[in-house]
Amino acid sequence: MINSLFLINPSGEMFLEKHWKSVVSRSVCDYFLEAKEKALEPEDVPPVIHTPHHYLISIYRDKLFFLSVIQTEVPPLFVIEFLHRVAEMIQDYFGECSETVVKDHMVMVYELLEEMLDNGFPLATESNVLKEMIRPPTILRSVVNTLTGTSNVGDTLLTGQLSTIPWRRAGVRYTNNEAYFDVVEEIDAILDQSGTTVFAEIQGVVEACVKLSGMPDLTLSFMNPRLLDDVSFHPCVRYKLWESERVLSFIPPDGNFTLMTYHVNAQNLVAIPVYVKQSISFFECGSDGRLDVTVGPKQTMGKTVEGVMVTVHLPKTILSINLTATQGSYTYDNGTKLLVWDIGKLNPQKLPNLRGSLSLQAGAPKPEENPSLNIDLKIQQLAISGLKVNRLDMFGEKYKPFKGVKYITKAGKFQVRT
Amino acid sequence: SLPNSLCIVHFLISFSPSRNEDLKEMLESNKESLKLEAMKRVVGLIAKGKNASELFPAVVKNVASKNIELKKLVYVYLVRYAEEQQDLALLSISTFQRALKDPNQLIRASALRVLSSIRVPIIVPIMMLAIKEAASDMSPYVRKTSAHAIQKLYSLDQDQKELLIEVIEKLLKDKSTLVAGSVVMAFEEVCPDRIDLIHKNYRKLCNLLVDVEEWGQVVIISMLTRYARTQFTSPWKEDGVFDEHNERAFYESDEEKTRDETEAKPYMMDPDHRLLLRNTKPLLQSRNTAVVMSVAQLYWHLAPKNEVSIVTKSLVRLLRSHREVQYIVLQNIATMSIQRKGMFEPYMKSFYVRSTDATHIKSLKLEILTSLANEANISTILREFQTYVKSQDKQFAAGTIQAIGRCATNISEVTDTCLNGLVLLLSNRDETVVAESVVVIRKLLQIQPTQHSDIIKHMAKLFDNITVPMARASILWLMGEYCERVPKIAPDVLRKMAKSFTSEEDIVKLQIVNLAAKLYLTNSKQTKLLTQYILNLGKYDQNYDIRDRTRFIRQLIVPNDKNGALSKYAHRILLAPKPAPVLESAYKDRDRYQLGTLSHTINTKASGYLELSDWPAVAPDQSVRNVEVIEPVKEWAPSLGKTGKSKPAKSSDDKFYSDSGEEEEEEEKGSGSSSSEDGSIQSILSVRLHILQNERVCPESGSDAESHVQKNSSQSSEESDKSSSQSEKSSSESDSEKKERKTKTPLQKKTVKPTAKDGYHTIMEHTFSYSHWSTLCVSLFTQLCPLSLAFPLQLSGPAFVPEKSHDLLHRMTGKGLSAQYQFPRQPCLYQPTMVSVQISLTNTTDHPLEQIHIGDRSPTGLNIHCFNTIECLEPEASVTVFIGIDFNDSTQAANFQLCTKEDHFSVSIQPAIGELLLPITMTELDFRKLLGMNESSATITMAAENMTSQPISRPVATVANLGMVPSSQDNVHRFAGKTASSGAVVLVTVELRESSTALITINTEKSVMGSMLLRDLKLALAQT
Repeated sequence: MINSLFLINPSGEMFLEKHWKSVVSRSVCDYFLEAKEKALEPEDVPPVIHTPHHYLISIYRDKLFFLSVIQTEVPPLFVIEFLHRVAEMIQDYFGECSETVVKDHMVMVYELLEEMLDNGFPLATESNVLKEMIRPPTILRSVVNTLTGTSNVGDTLLTGQLSTIPWRRAGVRYTNNEAYFDVVEEIDAILDQSGTTVFAEIQGVVEACVKLSGMPDLTLSFMNPRLLDDVSFHPCVRYKLWESERVLSFIPPDGNFTLMTYHVNAQNLVAIPVYVKQSISFFECGSDGRLDVTVGPKQTMGKTVEGVMVTVHLPKTILSINLTATQGSYTYDNGTKLLVWDIGKLNPQKLPNLRGSLSLQAGAPKPEENPSLNIDLKIQQLAISGLKVNRLDMFGEKYKPFKGVKYITKAGKFQVRT
Repeated sequence: SLPNSLCIVHFLISFSPSRNEDLKEMLESNKESLKLEAMKRVVGLIAKGKNASELFPAVVKNVASKNIELKKLVYVYLVRYAEEQQDLALLSISTFQRALKDPNQLIRASALRVLSSIRVPIIVPIMMLAIKEAASDMSPYVRKTSAHAIQKLYSLDQDQKELLIEVIEKLLKDKSTLVAGSVVMAFEEVCPDRIDLIHKNYRKLCNLLVDVEEWGQVVIISMLTRYARTQFTSPWKEDGVFDEHNERAFYESDEEKTRDETEAKPYMMDPDHRLLLRNTKPLLQSRNTAVVMSVAQLYWHLAPKNEVSIVTKSLVRLLRSHREVQYIVLQNIATMSIQRKGMFEPYMKSFYVRSTDATHIKSLKLEILTSLANEANISTILREFQTYVKSQDKQFAAGTIQAIGRCATNISEVTDTCLNGLVLLLSNRDETVVAESVVVIRKLLQIQPTQHSDIIKHMAKLFDNITVPMARASILWLMGEYCERVPKIAPDVLRKMAKSFTSEEDIVKLQIVNLAAKLYLTNSKQTKLLTQYILNLGKYDQNYDIRDRTRFIRQLIVPNDKNGALSKYAHRILLAPKPAPVLESAYKDRDRYQLGTLSHTINTKASGYLELSDWPAVAPDQSVRNVEVIEPVKEWAPSLGKTGKSKPAKSSDDKFYSDSGEEEEEEEKGSGSSSSEDGSIQSILSVRLHILQNERVCPESGSDAESHVQKNSSQSSEESDKSSSQSEKSSSESDSEKKERKTKTPLQKKTVKPTAKDGYHTIMEHTFSYSHWSTLCVSLFTQLCPLSLAFPLQLSGPAFVPEKSHDLLHRMTGKGLSAQYQFPRQPCLYQPTMVSVQISLTNTTDHPLEQIHIGDRSPTGLNIHCFNTIECLEPEASVTVFIGIDFNDSTQAANFQLCTKEDHFSVSIQPAIGELLLPITMTELDFRKLLGMNESSATITMAAENMTSQPISRPVATVANLGMVPSSQDNVHRFAGKTASSGAVVLVTVELRESSTALITINTEKSVMGSMLLRDLKLALAQT
């Protein structure tokens, strides 16, 4: 299936290669580099490229290209999904996924890739299994390793792959047994000039951090599971119990994982927590324009809106800007024409406002379209859909775990057209 | 420090060979740490794509190293360079051959993995042998590795195909979820045309699917899609009628009626076809986007049209995933939405474009929105398009204009609106937008040219301001084509063009010549001179196309005497009515490729693409999929995590199909077991049930029946010797089992109420002891259950049966009805995955209790085989009944209601972990080979009496229903069992050590059960 993998940085340097079948010359990447040159942004490089003898499927993530070389028919999503798992694995092992990190841990990354595929077909992609084979580095361990000459390779033979619950490693022990669940909801919305909702929906995800000893068998139930319109689960969740009783029953992986993602069926009745009053105008004659943006709380369910940030891609013809913010601060990069206004907490009594003048390059025509505003925000202790966790029960182990649930609402792709 | 040193190594290697010498020295040294360091650097070189092949001799020496990390790195190196250094690579082969025989399955697997990755033709025979052996290995993990090795060997030497197919055939029969995905992958690569190999495994694969790991699911689903298209008839003809409104018109025609009459037989879906659809549906909830997509394409290609839309929601969900995922999914939706607008129309807003989307995402969304447009939603879509036209991304704006054009042609109501909107865009400041508008307007005008002379005039006016060549050329073409509608303006435009001819682009020049010729034909009075002037300019143009065209046109319209034959047709040639261009989607014909494939994405046939065949007109023989042993036995690894899933929720609309499926399977079952005295077993069964339900109530009975039963049982137990393990049943089979039970009910009903009239009563002299019960049960059980042959686990009788009974219902709470339960430790008759529980009911009141039965249960999915309703229990009488509970290998209590005619009481049965097991026998050798599953162990101090006074087996057997395994060592005791519900093997080892300590080790895949069992054993052995 997957023949080879190349990691390529934005400047086109191939800094890691791995082949699972016969070696493919790195000149195959030339087709990709050509496409990359053509694309304006790295995001615009087509994910699938057809060359005379190979097919190149790539993802761009964390400022890195993961380029796989394919020789025969394969579902493209299969490869794309796998490449993202590779990126997630690097992130999981080393805390971040970046060129520096990969270069620093070249051998370990290579060994991981070796374990993840056999003959191009995924063999071990579960983080819990991989970690049993190749232990992630810690500062302490690397010091110990240097002193004692021992290694990061698991010295016990792995058994995870033999288990029927490959996502959980055996023999987990904690002194403090804890299970935390974060219910994170994101509002995706498009608002038009007048503030009317063109499109809005809520995406939710339940992120778990479970540090429990032994083999706990957990059951998580919601007060109002009917809210959930569409769900997808981590493989550990027993689908049938969800179907019949709307509870999440599972033996969790050890550590952090995404338990489920969901979509809330609210049509357009999504509560929009903020409103944005904006006017961006350019004068017909002369090379001037004005910008005036005010953000205020709307349906916040009595909570405070924090971390508010407004991002605007100003038109290319802007020469300079001169703005004043009544709250927070703004940054403007004249190269990318990116204006970021970091507001912080919203105070209903005193609404933050950003206004001032924009000047265009001399002779440039008035821009056709006003740039849209991308809004970021965060509300602690609130799931905007109203979803509530009812209880968490544990079977299979005798100790009393510490349980915690946290709700956060964020803006997802929240766009205001102007 | 490592990366730095790597850089130095790298630097030095490229310039001085001496550094390589250094690495060689390190590899040849005696110090492990030096070797390790060197190997790390070498692998670092490989990772960077640098050549390290000259170190081969030094590296290969370390292949047999004891240090696991070093060994792994050497393997990595070998796999990379063996192809280039074939002779030297052979030195390592014997190490792997040895490792292939290692008692540890993981070592065997890893040896095979590396051996098969060494692409050296000379070892093909060795590989072949290793693969064959591994394919019949006891460990499914090793078998999985062998499936991967098949593909490697095939790519190395295609001549091995026939032999490899044999191995594939064998592995396809494998019942382990671990193997399924990998062997299907091998099948797809080596012999995808051997559909016949799938028949017998089809149902098994369908049933295993949910428990296979996610990558394997993708491969299996895509293979099964292809399979289904060759084996089942099309489900589409009939329900096409209920489908899309635009298709209805066609189907409602008279033609249809006549066809219906001729086609007397209505369509019936093959139950196997339904099985596939039903078993893949839950996977739409997978987190793996590839799995979701593969189920979606399966439904698209196989499901009746009215069912396809269940995949919509999941596909729309994928649009929230990574950009690359969106790209592929949108492409597939684009293809789908052309044929089935209705599927995605409710989700139209999910395809709205955001300014932050990547270019290819934007254009795909546009494509889909255009396909979704209809009379009802067009105004919304056009409003949305208005926003896009203003986008700063001009490429995208141009795409939007094309989309508007398509909407205008498809929906005649909005053609005028669109046209007017496009004309407004002509005054846009951006060239690309204007150019695109002109081109689209041209196409639209061609479709209905009559009313639009105003627009042509307007465009002529704008002509001077338009600079994009394509747009200019389009306007000129329009002028020429419709010159008779704008008789005044056209010659004027030509006059202007004559002036600027030399400075125009080539495509514009061609259109000027074109316009001149057309005007000459229609209005030669005004334009004759102009035309000649232009033709003269063209004659000397630098571009040969233009010179050619000019020469041609001149001959055509102003012929000289010799060759004027064509000129009388000039008018018809140049001014022929031209068909309007069809504005259609680029995704129109993509559905010739299977959705979700690479070929679909690149719109060309990728190498190795397997064509999806058309439905056969007549279904091939269905019976080829029948299997004698119908149980999809998971002898190894049915997961605790997911056993629940394997029983798909049965919705009411499935009913029809699933029922017919069950019937068929039942038939098979009948035919399967008829060879083994099926009839007599049935009768024994009913006799036995009868006896059991009556034994307490009717203390006197005759003895004939007993001896009869025993004779039968001894006979059948002999037969059971050659058979083996228990198996987990799939949902459909458990359904059929239920059915079977139903058929038995009349027999049992007769016997429910104890009555002297009944013929049986005379033959029951005394109550059966447990031992009778046990032999009978075991023998019956082993016969009723078809057995797994891949790995024989012989079920044995219990070593010990605890007498202890537990209170189920106290007489105070039960208003006089008291109930106690105990575990008889017998395999359950009703269904092998159940644990049988014996319940004694006593009436302590002074009036008869009527209609005692089991009511509601919780969790609702709980699978209980109830006892038959006891019509009447006299005062002071008691009755013993048996029920079967599928605890699903968990100690979660089974809650249910015990009901009488008047009351119901909630009761619960909490099994000890040891009661969820069934004892099995195996040899010591097998036992050792199986070690290596999840292991939990503990060292305990044994209580003194456990050390001496009694064999260790006693306390172990008290705790858990395990069988003894003969042991060659005195101080090591081994016990084996398997879990009732899923049949997972549980191995217990108790090793007695000095100073009365003992090490208890439990090996099982069911890690939860392992740790719980360990706790219980610790308690039992350490105390008293």
